Amino acid sequence: MNFDLTEDRQMLSDSLNRFLADKCPFEHRTKVAYEAPYHDPALWAGLSELGALYAFGTEEQGGFGGSGFDITVVFEAMGRALCPEPLLGAAMGARLLAAASADADDLMSGAVTYAVAVGELDAPYDLDGIACTATLAGEDYTLTGRKSAVYGGQAADRLLVAARLDGQIALFEVTAAEASVTGYGMIDGGGAAEVVLDATPGRLLLADARAALEDAQAAGIVALCAEAVGLMDVLHRMTVDYLGQRKQFGRTIGSFQALQHRAVDMLTEIEQARSITIKAAAELGGPDAGRYASMAKNLIGRAGRLVAEEAIQMHGGIAMTWEYPGAHYAKRIVMIDAQLGDTDYHLSRVMAA
Amino acid sequence: MDLSYSPEDIAFRDEVRAFFADNMPEDIRTAVRNGSELGKEMLERYHTILNAKGWLAATWPVEFGGTGWSPVQRHIFEEEACRAYAPRPLSFGLAMLGPVLQKFGSKEQQEYYLPRILNGDDWWCQGYSEPGAGSDLASLKTRAVRDGDEYVVNGQKTWTTLGQHANRIFCLVRTDPDVKQQQGISFLLIDIDTPGIEVRPIRLIEGGHEVNEVFFTDVRVPVTNLVGEENQGWTIAKYLLTHERTNIAGVGFSMQALEEVKTLARRTTRNGRPLIEDPLFAARVAQVEIDLEAMKITNLRMLYTAQKQGAPGPETSILKIKGTVIMQELRDLARRALGPSSAPFPGHITDGNLMLAPVEAANNAARYFNGRKTSIYGGSNEIQRNILTKTMLEL
Repeated sequence: MNFDLTEDRQMLSDSLNRFLADKCPFEHRTKVAYEAPYHDPALWAGLSELGALYAFGTEEQGGFGGSGFDITVVFEAMGRALCPEPLLGAAMGARLLAAASADADDLMSGAVTYAVAVGELDAPYDLDGIACTATLAGEDYTLTGRKSAVYGGQAADRLLVAARLDGQIALFEVTAAEASVTGYGMIDGGGAAEVVLDATPGRLLLADARAALEDAQAAGIVALCAEAVGLMDVLHRMTVDYLGQRKQFGRTIGSFQALQHRAVDMLTEIEQARSITIKAAAELGGPDAGRYASMAKNLIGRAGRLVAEEAIQMHGGIAMTWEYPGAHYAKRIVMIDAQLGDTDYHLSRVMAA
Repeated sequence: MDLSYSPEDIAFRDEVRAFFADNMPEDIRTAVRNGSELGKEMLERYHTILNAKGWLAATWPVEFGGTGWSPVQRHIFEEEACRAYAPRPLSFGLAMLGPVLQKFGSKEQQEYYLPRILNGDDWWCQGYSEPGAGSDLASLKTRAVRDGDEYVVNGQKTWTTLGQHANRIFCLVRTDPDVKQQQGISFLLIDIDTPGIEVRPIRLIEGGHEVNEVFFTDVRVPVTNLVGEENQGWTIAKYLLTHERTNIAGVGFSMQALEEVKTLARRTTRNGRPLIEDPLFAARVAQVEIDLEAMKITNLRMLYTAQKQGAPGPETSILKIKGTVIMQELRDLARRALGPSSAPFPGHITDGNLMLAPVEAANNAARYFNGRKTSIYGGSNEIQRNILTKTMLEL
């Protein structure tokens, strides 16, 4: 048994944390995360130069990672820095391109940005509800339908789109410039897009993409869970620091046992969240990946809400302000629940499995 | 035991319901329903409508131009107001300062200020909290030093709700720093346009502007603006807090929010069926509904006691704690029901063809985050627990 990171992953973790502490300090983050294009192209270039995206690809693809723990290392660092860069599309996209035996060099170098467009208004989480359709016209495919809340879609060059083809869920690559893409900022920072496809050309990557999409979604969930663990860890530290500094009634509020115990309850949930994320990362790519990803996302949803709400409550008014970094950590933690399946969606999947 | 309203109460309810049906402006109703920020003009227009009917000052006695309503009538009015998506009238003049002036103010203060609150001449805001004095309000440091016929005020207030619209602020200030904290505080009325006052906006977690910081630098305030005796401010503050407590459970708002959640869950598709049919989500809704049904009765029981005893007791802290938690739970469900459709920053997607959610639900995530304030302000839920520990448990 060994819960330590390998030397390579530890180095990646250290260099990412250093880089983000330097290039993505809170003031900068708040500025770029809430103004179009809702991320910082220079930060994206820097992360690419650092090789962060190569962690998502296997050695066969030309990367140096591709396993669950490579994903968690990158995304925990992203969470710690509350970094708004659209890395999720790359993490999921690398696996989809691998499944289709398609070239991922441009994805891993950061030269081409990808967003994964699966969710729709009436089917935000499940593949079965996908209504977007693909049609063969001559030798080319066209896609029609709407993809909603496509995370990172506002900054993507290419979209990996799930659509129905002959009763199956197929995967297509769409050039963003050929679709109607309306980008917007999100309440927790970063951007997304509404993608309207109207006989839009698409390149078929996989005719039966269900297994590949489920694998990519499990990877995306592992990424989001790791991001949440990083976020929760930082927010918990902020809260404990505040309890130790803020004085009311002539003493630090951290000296009140009622608050001490609540801070410990947060810690307990964060440790549990870290553990289930490690488990889901370890199972990624295996036969039970979906089940453990669902367990992780459910637990993260519950722990995240507790940590975000308790952090705000124990800070008091200050954590209700835009100026306070903790407010933005809390927002991101809560909103992660709405990405790739929420607490209830994944609970029902665990129940059904 | 009889849980039903009296025939008189029912007649009153029907009268109030008819009034809102006939007089609520559609644009204000829509703004409340959509959770949009209500501007100054809308709030003032709504005040004028209520005032014309004589229903603006629900908690004031008739002699001061109030309604003279019983606690049960006030409850009925609030319930109907929520049902009609009416805004909550601004509490600072009506629910806070008005009762204080009626109890502690001089005859001149009463005659000057009370009509101005009713007819909309004055927009009051509250200068209580300071950066270092939140839950521990009595530790406030803003100083008022007597200089002839004036006080000279220096210091800072914060969390001043809608101070950006106000022309006057009532403040707790320290007039004697050498006695026990609670005994050196006074209650002052201050014009916002007095030289030396600066109001700075505080942007909130979801991006909105409803609270402010107010800075005082050598602000000269006539001694005639003192309410009650010098150093009697803490007694006044405590009196005011008990008045702030009426309708603290927010039952009407929660009933409205519950209906919104159900409506949204009916029209939202999740896993190929309406979200309301999802057993996990339906269970969450049912649990809050159970808590809310109980809260309605808890609220009425406490109203009944207040009506019998003439004043609400310390058990109203239970209403504050549970009432805010129920409301926050409903805001959580409303955000949860939208899933990723709650993601856009408020106002970023307004094109009807591209909106991710029905217009009245589009701000649900923002409302969830903004709603976290309710368990912090007006005496945090932790402070309410302290009050209950002291008064009800006698530990």
